[in-house]
Amino acid sequence: MIPEYLVPVIWAVLYLILAPIAGGLIAGIDRKVTARMQGRVGPPLLQSFYDVAKLFEKENLVVTASQNFFVLSYLVFMAVAGALFFSGGDMLLVIFAFTLSHIFLVLGAYASYSPYSHIGAERELLQIIAYEPMIILTAVGMYMVTRSFFVSAIVTSDIPVILYLPGVFIGYLIVLTIKLRKSPFDLSTSHHAHQELVKGVTTDFGGPNLGKIEVAHWYEYVFLLGVVWLFFAWNPIIAVAAIIIAYFLEILIDNTIARVKWQLMIRSAWIIAGTLGLVNLGVLYYLRMVGIP
Amino acid sequence: MTYLKKSPWLLHYDASSCNGCDIEVLAALTPLYDIERFGIINTGNPKHADIFLVTGGVNAQNKQVLINTYEQIPEPKVVIAIGICATSGGIYRECYNILGGIDKVIPVDVYVPGCAARPESIIDGVVTALGILEQKRLAMKTKTETKMVRAGDAQ
Repeated sequence: MIPEYLVPVIWAVLYLILAPIAGGLIAGIDRKVTARMQGRVGPPLLQSFYDVAKLFEKENLVVTASQNFFVLSYLVFMAVAGALFFSGGDMLLVIFAFTLSHIFLVLGAYASYSPYSHIGAERELLQIIAYEPMIILTAVGMYMVTRSFFVSAIVTSDIPVILYLPGVFIGYLIVLTIKLRKSPFDLSTSHHAHQELVKGVTTDFGGPNLGKIEVAHWYEYVFLLGVVWLFFAWNPIIAVAAIIIAYFLEILIDNTIARVKWQLMIRSAWIIAGTLGLVNLGVLYYLRMVGIP
Repeated sequence: MTYLKKSPWLLHYDASSCNGCDIEVLAALTPLYDIERFGIINTGNPKHADIFLVTGGVNAQNKQVLINTYEQIPEPKVVIAIGICATSGGIYRECYNILGGIDKVIPVDVYVPGCAARPESIIDGVVTALGILEQKRLAMKTKTETKMVRAGDAQ
């Protein structure tokens, strides 16, 4: 048997090795489903891996050498955030590392001189402002239900978290659209071949640096879908079904709704967080106060 | 491995073309032909591109733009001159403002003549370019390897 103190380490190592594989496959399925929705055949399932492998074959062209550092930090902190999450760590620490990694991406985009890169960085910051309150509310909601900020405690609790936090879950799905860089909220950069702002936040990253950004994004996919799992953790079958349905909905929204302006993005993300999220937590608090479990 | 061939990303630039060839290039990029099947993405960013499609005979005004764009593409890269104007200047060859072909400004790997170039010949040119791209990657690899050997010799 594996000693108990090693279990978190094994989970973290498994995440670090398997998450890029799973994330790349998710990206491949995403592109395939998107193509089918548009009446196309779409690229091979492994296309995302081919793309990243190609990017690592290319020359590393940078504007300033500090870009290399910022991109590597983005990748490392994204992996750290996910590893902390999967090893059952503190949700607040996970969110802190997660936000920090995005700040590194923004700094990397600001390090170059291209106006497109700068506007992309500004929009990435606006996206962070838009989704951050809802992510925090998700962690707080889980604490209110399970009395713990630790993922290990939330995931092993047999309380059906989703029944207590339906509003928070819908709010989380809305910010998931921002996080997965899906239209209507793909302001800073998009997965599609749109050419608005050249390529936004990734404009001045080419070759291996762009590859690292892609790998970080794969880590991010797995972490974000892991949070969906927490809502349904008491029943793994429902949890897997929920992840598949949630991701399918994101692809559907991506292909049916046009991109919005940043004002509308912040407004909708905050209004959803403020109404569904806070009202959900308020009701939960009230019920606790009057003694209903 | 030859991942370059599996995910070539395109960049398209109009260096004073009459738009005839541009329309044919865009026709080959529409969802109807679904070039994403072959991993091809039409990018608007030179730093993400592998294949540079250029149309038109280049004039004095956009010469520098063409050079800048070319230099921003990371190695290995290939340039395809599309249409007879990009190949040699075509009927505009003698014009006072036309430099007469892309290869007067940047090195060209594949020429696709025609007025306008047919989508089939453009696709054929891209396929030829993929082979050259692979050769360039191998050349790049040997270059860095030689460099490393030389560094070792010096010790």
